[in-house]
Formats: sequence, C-alpha cells, structure tokens
Amino acid sequence: MAKQHYIEDVEVGAEIGPLEKNPTTQQLVKYAGASGDFYQIHYDKDFALANKLPGVILHGALKNAFLGQLVTDFAGEHGWVRKLSVQYRGMDQPGTKVVCRGKVTKKYSEHGHHMVDCEIWLENAKGEKTTPGSATVILPSRNSHAA
Amino acid sequence: MANKIVTDETRKQIGKTGEIRTYDVERGAIRRFAEAIGDPNPLFNEDREARKTRFGAMIAPPTFCRSMGSPIPDLELPGMGKEFRGLDGGSDWEYFHPIRVGDRISVQTRLADLRESEGRLGSMVFITMETTYTNQFGEVCATQRSTAIRY
Repeated sequence: MAKQHYIEDVEVGAEIGPLEKNPTTQQLVKYAGASGDFYQIHYDKDFALANKLPGVILHGALKNAFLGQLVTDFAGEHGWVRKLSVQYRGMDQPGTKVVCRGKVTKKYSEHGHHMVDCEIWLENAKGEKTTPGSATVILPSRNSHAA
Repeated sequence: MANKIVTDETRKQIGKTGEIRTYDVERGAIRRFAEAIGDPNPLFNEDREARKTRFGAMIAPPTFCRSMGSPIPDLELPGMGKEFRGLDGGSDWEYFHPIRVGDRISVQTRLADLRESEGRLGSMVFITMETTYTNQFGEVCATQRSTAIRY
C-alpha cells in the first residue's frame, strides 16, 4: 500500500506526486480492450493521420486514469477520492513520458470529514499542462484513523 | 450569432435518458483495467491485501466506470453531417461508495446539456452527458458528467 497521508500532516501548497508514466502504443491497445473504447485514433496510425492528427493519441480517459492513480495514491487505503475532474486541453502521443502532479489548494471540514481540495494536472515532456483538473480527497485523522 | 445546429428545437432533447445497462463487476475485469492503466495499487490488484482493508474486498479504481458503458440517448442534430469527428472534452466525477468485486452496477446516461460554438474547426457541438452508476443496494456509487465534442 502507498504511504498513508493524514490530515494533520498536509498543508495548503503541499505537492502531490509526481507520478511519471511512459505510455506506449501497446498500453493504448490494452486500455482500448479494458475500457471498451475502440475509437481508431488511439491505435490505427493511418486512421489517425487521415483525421489530421499527428499520429495515434492517448485516450483522454487514460490520462484521467493516470490522474486517478495520482489521487488514490495520495488518499491511501484510509482516504477516499470524493471528486475528480479533468479537462482535455492538449493531445499526448505514446512514446514520450507524461507526468501527473498536484498541489493542495484548500483544507477544511465538511459533514465531519477532513477534506482537501487539490489542483491536479498532467504535463508533457515540455512541461505543458495538457490535462488540467481538480480533485477533492477525504483524508483520515491521526486521532480517529477513519476517513 | 444564431446557432446552426443546436437550435431551441434540438435543445428540447435535454433530459432524455438512455436505456439502463447492468454489469456484474468481475475480479478479472478490475485487474485487467488496473493493468491497462499501469496502477499497481493492491486495492485494485491483490485479493489477499484488499480483504484486510476497511473495504473488505478488491475495489475498482475511480475511472473503471469508463468500462461500463450505457447507450446514450438517441440524439438528433440536424445540420451536423454524418461524417463528423469526435473528441472527448473531459469528465467530472463524484464518488459516494466503493464499487467492490461482485457488485452489480446499473448504468444510465442522461443528456444534460447541448451547446454550440464557432471555433477554428468550424461549428463545434458540445454534448454533456450525466451517467449514474448504482449498485445492487440502490446506492449511487458514482456519477460522471462528461463532455463530448463533435465537429
């Protein structure tokens, strides 16, 4: 299990991640199979080129899954990812690394839960944020342990 | 500027729902999904480890719901050619209860919004869907608001 974060140890501005991913065309095919998204722009280069794309591109939802991993790792076994939002602003291609990062923007209590809001994003090798987003995570307290 | 495709008439379709589709959440499907996204978290991969946690079973990673599709409501977009291209704009998820191995999840999609804007690619139609994932106890486990772009 990933290291558990507790609300007492997390301050506004704290960094989340990074989580580095190196997607390959093979991963896109695996994701197509596992998710059921068989749109050809994700595995058929000729089809992608004919659609004026630079080549096959990552599924937006795969990048969503990478950012999901970033926040479930942060939440740990005793936390809970309550909200997760992503916007696909730029395309990413397999064969180059992408990095998921985040930052805590707010810390508060709601309905008896300890919550943090986070800004999250996925950036390409040039550091461009191709997939910005946000998340709300419930964290456990060192005093009660339960999220 | 008047919309060419998303007129007041086409907007009347907002609120339409698709058929409900039901899925039995299999251990193999969760593992295969976790492997495809490259997430080694034991909660999504290791029965033995996951059973010791407060969840008591392997659970699905947050975006596993993408593998449980539901038919989208029939959409009529007169003025949009049949040869449109599509892009995924993004998703907003909310999670209320874990989805565990063995759960039976009912999935339904509702047309939440239709908008149009003029971009460098011409007329673009933004189709917003709301999908609800409900378990066998009637608990809403997750909701997804996603935007598809057609141009």
